[in-house]
Amino acid sequence: MQIIDLENENLRALNATLQAQSADTNQQEWEIVNPRGSHAIAVGLDAPIDVTVKGSTGYYCAGMNKQANIHICGSAGPGVAENMMSGSVLIDGDASQYAGATGHGGLLVIKGNASSRCGISMKGIDIVVHGNVGHMSAFMGQSGTLVVCGDAGDALGDSLYEAQLFVRGSVKSLGADCIEKEMRAEHLTLLQDLLDKAGSDAKPKQFKRYGSARELYHFKPDNAY
Amino acid sequence: MCGIVGLFLKDKALEPDLGQMLSDMLITMSDRGPDSAGIAVYADPVDGIGKITLQSDFADTDFGGLDAELGVAISGDVSLVRRDTHAVLHLPLDKVADARSALAGLRPQARIMGVGEALEIYKEVGLPKDVVDRFGIRAIAGTHGIGHTRMATESAVTTLGAHPFNTGADQCLVHNGSLSNHNSLRRRLVREGMRIETENDTEVGAAYLTWKMQNGATLGEALDASLNDLDGFYTFVVGTKDGFGVLRDPIACKPAVMAETEQYVAFGSEYRALVNLPGIERAQVWEPEPATVYFWSHETSPTPSLKAA
Repeated sequence: MQIIDLENENLRALNATLQAQSADTNQQEWEIVNPRGSHAIAVGLDAPIDVTVKGSTGYYCAGMNKQANIHICGSAGPGVAENMMSGSVLIDGDASQYAGATGHGGLLVIKGNASSRCGISMKGIDIVVHGNVGHMSAFMGQSGTLVVCGDAGDALGDSLYEAQLFVRGSVKSLGADCIEKEMRAEHLTLLQDLLDKAGSDAKPKQFKRYGSARELYHFKPDNAY
Repeated sequence: MCGIVGLFLKDKALEPDLGQMLSDMLITMSDRGPDSAGIAVYADPVDGIGKITLQSDFADTDFGGLDAELGVAISGDVSLVRRDTHAVLHLPLDKVADARSALAGLRPQARIMGVGEALEIYKEVGLPKDVVDRFGIRAIAGTHGIGHTRMATESAVTTLGAHPFNTGADQCLVHNGSLSNHNSLRRRLVREGMRIETENDTEVGAAYLTWKMQNGATLGEALDASLNDLDGFYTFVVGTKDGFGVLRDPIACKPAVMAETEQYVAFGSEYRALVNLPGIERAQVWEPEPATVYFWSHETSPTPSLKAA
């Protein structure tokens, strides 16, 4: 295991070291200590390595992640796992606003709550939140899956494209063009798979499914201000 | 951008270190606001004594002999403690209104930054670490305080454009964000008789809260009303005589992190600002909800303004 102490090492050196790991690196396990809420920790990784961050992080941790498995032993600031391509990001605590924004792939798991705009403009990422999500989550979500084991805030799935949303608790309000949809067998299978991967014992049948009514795909005079 | 910090001590043993802890928190937020910085501390209220924080660009001439001159003008004892460009006047509480009008004549170039029984406000242009040093903030003991680092967007980098802004006796406001309807609201408030000195958006926010409270609203009600009347982005932290309050606009894109332990309640624009606080690893850390007014207070039974929250 390689240990990098951010008390002594600067952030650019840390990210350059992690970004330099190749697909067949022998150094597959990394631990980052003393993150102290620093920004942009472990961004732009592109190798199948395991990175553990021992503490809470600031803005944009694990952004643009490809292949790496990043575990934050604390809470994450705004924009965690933004634009993730593949791999996984696991957060033990809470995540601040726009977690997993614009993500194309991979799995983001938040053990606590996520605040506003979780999964905004998601493009293929799978997100499982064990707690609640704040307002405007999955806004303009294009594809991928957002699973919320707790409650969702205002305007869930506003202007949604084809992202699939599953919520176990209450939804404060649905955004424009987002509606509750029928839960079919294939959705229960998909949900069970994601809950298993995320280490949640919630039951798929406890969830409701939400998706796009597809009424905003074409311009209608009624939509104009 | 801008950075906000706030610290409310539950543990009296930490009170001597208030200035020290707030200074470290403030300096960590320099990246968010290198233009100017300000701090409000609540310290040593004495029964029957009021405090006026005064600022002057001509501190040497303005503060010299002011305690004696003002004492004669209001027929009461006045003492003065100078910190760089600011001075805190201590005087009989029932003479504060007289002192305000007397000061306008005695020292027309000096400006009143804050009025109250516990509140002292210090703010200047420059890097937060320099502002902290010039006022000797680290040495100030107190029960609670709030601070602000400014990255100016809506008006010039001047002392008067720095935060906090006094809103009423022992109250002040700091703001991260930008108000977009401050020009029209300023005109409306000026018509209502409010005095607004700068082009700054937050000064308008502060004047709005003052105006609401002068018309009978509690601080909690005034903050609630601001959700309808203020347009733009804001995370507000308001200092009160016995605590502080927090309000984020409904969109809540301006960051806010709270931490609470048995010793303190702390606010930071980022978690980074909180990492040096004692026992932070075991603190309960969370984000305040949008469009919700919060107050923390030393009072065991809430005052009307706290109930209104």
